[in-house]
Amino acid sequence: MGVVLELTNVVKRFGENEVLSGVSLQLHRHEVVCLIGASGSGKSTLLRCANLLESIDGGSISLFGQSLEDERIDPDLVRRHIGMVFQSFNLFPHLSVLDNILIGPVHALKRRRAETREDALALLDRIGLRDRADDYPERLSGGQQQRVAIVRSLAMRPSLLLLDEVTSALDPTLVGEVLDLLRDLAHHGTTMLIATHEMNFARDVAQQVVYLDKGVLVEQGTPEEIFTNPQHESTRSFLERVR
Amino acid sequence: MALTTDEGSSPTPPLLFASRRRRLLVGRRGVVASAISSVIILGVIVAVFWLAPGGATVRYFFFNPHLMWQAFVGDPRRGLSSVGWGLITNLWMFAVSEVLVLFFGLVIAWVRLSQSPVLFPFRVLATMYTDVFRGVPILLVIFMVGFGLPELNIGFLSTQSPAVYGCTALTITYSAYVAEVYRAGVFSVPHGQLLAARSLGLTHTATMRRVILPQAVRTVIPPLLNDLISLQKDTALVSVLGVIEATRAAQIYGSTVFNFSGYTVAAILFLLLTIPMTRFTDHLIARDRSRRLAGV
Repeated sequence: MGVVLELTNVVKRFGENEVLSGVSLQLHRHEVVCLIGASGSGKSTLLRCANLLESIDGGSISLFGQSLEDERIDPDLVRRHIGMVFQSFNLFPHLSVLDNILIGPVHALKRRRAETREDALALLDRIGLRDRADDYPERLSGGQQQRVAIVRSLAMRPSLLLLDEVTSALDPTLVGEVLDLLRDLAHHGTTMLIATHEMNFARDVAQQVVYLDKGVLVEQGTPEEIFTNPQHESTRSFLERVR
Repeated sequence: MALTTDEGSSPTPPLLFASRRRRLLVGRRGVVASAISSVIILGVIVAVFWLAPGGATVRYFFFNPHLMWQAFVGDPRRGLSSVGWGLITNLWMFAVSEVLVLFFGLVIAWVRLSQSPVLFPFRVLATMYTDVFRGVPILLVIFMVGFGLPELNIGFLSTQSPAVYGCTALTITYSAYVAEVYRAGVFSVPHGQLLAARSLGLTHTATMRRVILPQAVRTVIPPLLNDLISLQKDTALVSVLGVIEATRAAQIYGSTVFNFSGYTVAAILFLLLTIPMTRFTDHLIARDRSRRLAGV
């Protein structure tokens, strides 16, 4: 299996504060890796470093074997291959649902609007929101908005998706529909790196679960290993607390 | 103190009626109350004005209807410029400067927000520009441009009319203000919007143009209109260069006829221009506020 994303001893500091202390991680094609850990453990920062929204202070990150620290790297090109979905959706409120999905293909990839429109509508069809294409995001529920945000990233046909606690800002009744979409994506072989607090979901979809504590990768393994037989005391006590 | 709610420690339920005095100010009674208070306040202001020891003198020197009309239309045979015609000069100076200010303000803001290393010297210059011209009194800028440029003797730059120098000075100063308004608008757009756009692979320029600016415009319009209102008034300052606009015409009228009613006319004319704009601005602010409160 080909390695898509590889982090090697990644260090990230905000001033004095070390948020990531030498994290190493591999993400293979068609693989789902879930990052778990308390708030402030560095999950979000790790995702942001992976698509160059944050620069790193040590170690290296590579995408398809190409180091992202190389001076010749164009961050905009890198990001076109990496989809990112945020906790707070961040849909563009001044654009319709359809235009939210088209903005990437049209203005980043320079594809013709007419030729991507059908693709976008097909994506909306898959999440059952085709009839909302012309609505503005504010008219949609949180769950619908988050599903549109996921589809907006997919419209770029990325090689992998980064998902940053995408259900944390949602009403409990709306979490299910978003997780179902992610399960569906996982089932179809989408490569995903998911920061989440939903342990049952992680257990279901992940091939690998990574536990982070204060910027340190404490433990990594299959869901089985992590959830039923954690090796480290801090993993055990974290899982006790979230259960 | 027990960590609980008070479960009816007294046998009777608590009284929930407002006091008699507060009830006078609620509902339809409130409308009556506000009408009465308006009449009284207005009455006091008018009374003070009429009954003041110098009231009659002020009315004669500032509110003489006959002289106000004379100042408004002017009288060429006596060398009296019309305040009304003067206002036309204010209007076109405003119109010209307004367009230039909106344009140059955007350019300066764009430069200050740019990230390209090539533009670094321009970023520094733009920052200095906004610092300097927000700090120097506009009257000094008008003097410097209006009297300085002609002295320099450099071709067409030194042979323009005072009104053109006036517009130039207004544009120079107000572009600095307006640039800051645009910039504040850009910062008002939530950071997540920038992250989302950049993570889609949009370039900095595309992000600005497609995502940030369209959203910034909505927040920027009220403060922008505020600046335009004060630009409209400040066209009066160009009178110091000898441009015969409304205030200057009023001044000429006053020193010829020894009556200040011309100033009153100029003030009224300026109000007629600015009040619709201030009302419109307030309306926009109120609309935006109610939208935000509705959670939209």
